[in-house]
Amino acid sequence: MSVARFWRKIPQRYNLIGTKCETCGRHFFPPRTFCPDCRRNGKIVDHKFAGKGTVVTYTIIHAANEQFEALTPYVLAIIQLDEGPRMTTQIVCRPDEVKIGMRVKSVFRRIATDGESGIIHYGTKFMPVE
Amino acid sequence: MRDVAVIGVGCTTFGEKWESSFRDLFVEAGAIALEDAQLSGEKIDAMYVGNMSAGRFIDQEHIGALIADYAGMATRHIPSTRVEAACASGGLAFRQAVIAVASGMEDIVVAAGVEKMTDVEPGASTDTLTGAADREWEGFVGATFPGLYAMIATDYMHRYPLTREQLAQVAVKNHYNGARNPIAQYQQEITLDTVLRSTMVAEPLRLFDCSPITDGAAAVIVAPLDRAREFTDTPIKVLASAQASDTIALHDRRDISTLDATVAAGKRAFKIARLSHKDIDMVEVHDCFTIAEICAIEDLGFCRKGEAGKFTADGETALGGKIPVNTSGGLKACGHPVGATGIKQVCEIVQQLRNDAGKRQIDGAKIGMTHNVGGTGATVAVHILGRV
Repeated sequence: MSVARFWRKIPQRYNLIGTKCETCGRHFFPPRTFCPDCRRNGKIVDHKFAGKGTVVTYTIIHAANEQFEALTPYVLAIIQLDEGPRMTTQIVCRPDEVKIGMRVKSVFRRIATDGESGIIHYGTKFMPVE
Repeated sequence: MRDVAVIGVGCTTFGEKWESSFRDLFVEAGAIALEDAQLSGEKIDAMYVGNMSAGRFIDQEHIGALIADYAGMATRHIPSTRVEAACASGGLAFRQAVIAVASGMEDIVVAAGVEKMTDVEPGASTDTLTGAADREWEGFVGATFPGLYAMIATDYMHRYPLTREQLAQVAVKNHYNGARNPIAQYQQEITLDTVLRSTMVAEPLRLFDCSPITDGAAAVIVAPLDRAREFTDTPIKVLASAQASDTIALHDRRDISTLDATVAAGKRAFKIARLSHKDIDMVEVHDCFTIAEICAIEDLGFCRKGEAGKFTADGETALGGKIPVNTSGGLKACGHPVGATGIKQVCEIVQQLRNDAGKRQIDGAKIGMTHNVGGTGATVAVHILGRV
């Protein structure tokens, strides 16, 4: 991934800045710049998410893409943020800890490295709320 | 709109074909299809080629022209178009060919699919396939393709009665069929134990829940139905062609365990053909993972939501069952050269309808269906074919 491609998504990846449609109140994360419900009548503004959510479904990845091989086995999940939208994320916990319905909160983590000399991708993962 | 018929089909064998290049594969499949239709290449008006990612698999773009050139069409200057929708590329190429003929724009059209996947290392092919999902918000955080389908399986097994053994039975059944298909990548029968003891890929999915990396190509030739008998005694009519889309990311779906694009495309196809699931004699569904076949047979209406595990374990999807599913061996055993799969499905149904499917023949087959999925369900193509 090029530096620019990563860099332009830093607010979203680091701080969970998504969007919200002021016309209908629907929240979007990952962010959308076009509301599928209100269409041209939608008014999209940035929205910072609180970073709390619930696990909807999950898997334990044993065979990963190259960039993630060193992490295996790791927990990957779809979570529902309290504001409504769902997102895919890693959960920072032991594989046998993850459960559907588990409450999670966001944490800042290293996601992957672009080879040995490439840039380090940081971003958001989630961890269990005690 | 004109009625359209398939007048010829051709498939290479599927597998790790180290000796064959991308263009070799395509030319081989095309030649078999032309021979089957007893057609000279000079009669071809247009070509559509399904291909997911030659750009990343073999560093080659501009596939439409390449294919036309090596098929000997360059000096005839026919239109040749690449169609891409990840693993549904072949199904969409077929649909484009059907539309071209139905509209009256073209008469004799080739729909093909080709993928050469083994010229890159396994890690690179896995990463390329992740591009069928949302790279920015799924792939970036460590999702793999098996991982996404595994999350469908986790959700499904949490909500519906599906046992690990029932899920494995999908692979066992598809290997049984693949063992009766001379083009299949895997022509060995397996047992439940083979699946349950295989390497874990993404829980709960193991290696034998996953379709393989495959090289292969397939081609079919379509023509107006009223001209079809010039070329063949057994034209197969295209009774319906339907396509639907959905969110690119799995996390944005209305329901993780239902592929709404499959539901939509299936309903549209049945409506166009004025048929119901009861009229279908066999179906080729997109079993990129065992859980995908479970969802597909429900979402197409062959059984109710939550019942596909039992339906499969009871043998209803096997040869001789209520609705034989993936008589070719499916993506699991026949192999999954992603761009070619949608076309191979059509080849299989045509062979069945011509009573030409050898040891896996469904007796008295009159109507068949194909179901081809791109990504985790963001694109679906459904076709219904029938004897005339």
